[in-house]
Amino acid sequence: MAVFEAILELADDHLVLGHRISEWCGHAPMLEEDLAMPNMALDLIGTARTLYDRAAMLEGKGRSEDDMAYLRGEREYRNCLLVERPNEDFAHTMLRSLYFAAFMRPFWLATLEMTTDETVRGVAGKAEKEMAYHIRHAGEWVIRLGDGTEESARRMRDAVAALHIYTGELFESSPAATEAEAEGVLPVRADMRAAWEDVIGQVFAEALLEAPEVPYPQTGGRKGLHGEGLGHLLAEMQSVYRAHPGATW
Amino acid sequence: MYSQGLIGADGSTTETPEFLDTFQKRIDAEQKIEPTDAMPEGYRRTLVRQIGQHAHSEIVGMLPEGNWITRAPSLRRKAALLAKVQDEGGHGLYLYSAAETLGVSREQMTEELHSGKAKYSSIFNYPTLTWADIGIIGWLVDGAAIMNQIPLCRCSFGPYARAMIRVCKEESFHQRQGYEIVMTLAQGTPEQKAMAQDALNRWWWPSIMMFGPHDADSQHSDQSMAWKIKRFTNDELRQKFIDATVPQAEYLDLTIPDPDLKWNEAKQGYDHGPIDWDEFWRVVKGHGPMARDRIKDRKAAWDNGAWVREAALTHAEKRRARKMAAE
Repeated sequence: MAVFEAILELADDHLVLGHRISEWCGHAPMLEEDLAMPNMALDLIGTARTLYDRAAMLEGKGRSEDDMAYLRGEREYRNCLLVERPNEDFAHTMLRSLYFAAFMRPFWLATLEMTTDETVRGVAGKAEKEMAYHIRHAGEWVIRLGDGTEESARRMRDAVAALHIYTGELFESSPAATEAEAEGVLPVRADMRAAWEDVIGQVFAEALLEAPEVPYPQTGGRKGLHGEGLGHLLAEMQSVYRAHPGATW
Repeated sequence: MYSQGLIGADGSTTETPEFLDTFQKRIDAEQKIEPTDAMPEGYRRTLVRQIGQHAHSEIVGMLPEGNWITRAPSLRRKAALLAKVQDEGGHGLYLYSAAETLGVSREQMTEELHSGKAKYSSIFNYPTLTWADIGIIGWLVDGAAIMNQIPLCRCSFGPYARAMIRVCKEESFHQRQGYEIVMTLAQGTPEQKAMAQDALNRWWWPSIMMFGPHDADSQHSDQSMAWKIKRFTNDELRQKFIDATVPQAEYLDLTIPDPDLKWNEAKQGYDHGPIDWDEFWRVVKGHGPMARDRIKDRKAAWDNGAWVREAALTHAEKRRARKMAAE
């Protein structure tokens, strides 16, 4: 059961972030980004789908990927708080993606080295490459905006101040994740710290940004303790599915 | 997604009869006209206008479909819709690039869209009210687009014709995925089937209006036909579309909302009832239900993104200056 829950946490991270990014579609600052945003959302949602499917199989109760995504409420979602943060502006959106991808890339690379779960290994092989270009795309924007105009630099600093407090949760293993680590399915989250700091440090140096001290990190997502925004996100996402119980789409 | 019969083209031109004659001979010989070739001003202007309208239609078309990305009722549908809307944006990008070969910039075209000077397909000024609209748009609106666009793959202007080859392949895929959504609904619960019928009722007439006015009332077709920018008349394309679509609706046991629709054995095609041209012109002239919201959303995206574009340019300039200083 624990492995199932640990995979569910990962799937929720990807779906919720993919949903947030998809909200930009048609509203981005330039056409090139209107193409890039759905691309990244697709990567994340694609990963979520395979992970939900795997989680459902491990659970063994006959649930589908859609049951997982559409029939759990906000207290049952297990995503970290970072990914549910609202888009706010392009600076927040790019920084959120950078923080997440800079964690997931080493996580998937480590997974490839150690996991005993073949499905998870398959996901890792694909997602590791995707996360590399998410880092590149988001990282380049953080640099452009951080070292751009006065306004963009201010917005970038505001984004760091708003989002850095959510990054600590990335490195925390829930009891379920700890069991999945012990069983050799997933790598230890805290071990990603050095690789993450390395990427963020390089980007921030070029972006003229500083990582703030975080005396009071925000956590709770793995226990289903979310911000108020997630409920609205899920209400929207699940509205059609829930209005037609049992229908096929 | 779609280009409409061109609205308000002006094919008038001032070149000498000899020049026009030589140009027409190239067209008649099916030679492609390339951006660096000499061309009549009217030809260039017609293409800028048509390709621009087409590009704007793709970009504005992202909005009604994008409206359902966050609510798509399965993860598979969500992924397909995201990919589809992304394709539409990609079509916009090719088409702006094709128009740029004629000496007009994307920024200029964007400003004309925002100011209302440039048109886009009026089909996007209708709202997407239920999930079924996403299926119906793929089936009917992309289906109508394909009818219009397949002949454009043979358009005399090279960059436009080449762009359309890829665009048509993707549109054809969109049309099939739209039909598959509608089929799933038509074979689903009674509520799902009703949802599909309701969407068909709302989108049928706007879809067949997409081909533009009847040939007798279409002022600008002749010159575009002679220049081989256009290959079939509005009514010919509309007929092809109706003939292809009616059996597809019958297969789904959905009813096309036209009591006068019936098979005409003599012409081997369907006759249809009268089109409400008052509605057509009202929507073309910017009074469609979503017209104000669409332009407001596009302008908001553009205006809210101004600081991002400015920062990107400033950063590039700083980089260039640093590189030069280091050399």
